[in-house]
Amino acid sequence: MGTFLLGTAIFILATVAVGLARILRGPADADRMMAAQLLGTGGVAALLVVGVVIGEDAVVNVALTIALLAAFASITFYKAAAGGSARDSDDEGQP
Amino acid sequence: MSAALDLFTFVAVSAGAFFFLAGTVGLLRFPDAFTRLHALTKADNLGLGLVVLGLLPRVHSLSGGLKLVLIWFLALLAGAVASQLIAGAAWRRGAGE
Repeated sequence: MGTFLLGTAIFILATVAVGLARILRGPADADRMMAAQLLGTGGVAALLVVGVVIGEDAVVNVALTIALLAAFASITFYKAAAGGSARDSDDEGQP
Repeated sequence: MSAALDLFTFVAVSAGAFFFLAGTVGLLRFPDAFTRLHALTKADNLGLGLVVLGLLPRVHSLSGGLKLVLIWFLALLAGAVASQLIAGAAWRRGAGE
């Protein structure tokens, strides 16, 4: 069963790696951010599987940290894309 | 009982991996940013939830299992907020040009 679970973790990481092609293809920055978000979610899933299979609690903590960092990455992306005036929807941040 | 739990883990984790595959295919194949976002956030958070659900029988302590569920909950909240923000940024970008 452990072998199957580790194989599943590798499979999830492989699908995430294929999804990262969206970073190369773009076309917009939002699409690239989505691929990074996919890396966050898939990385959390793979790390949780590995942490439970090998019985190491520290790996679960790493997964928790990655989940938190992915959230901050998206919020930072939005702040940068909005040109620092996130609340004003009439203001054109990028003319 | 152990075999039943193993079967449960097998089915749930396999389904989770399938949803990750579906999310990746959607991210690569869908035509515009909003449909890609739709595929990515929903499929991946569901896949993560199924993986966590499948791992729960293999956790030995109650607090360990609760921690896995809380990590999934954090990922759900973060995914919901992030998808709104990314869609907002994509919308503004599309409307501005």
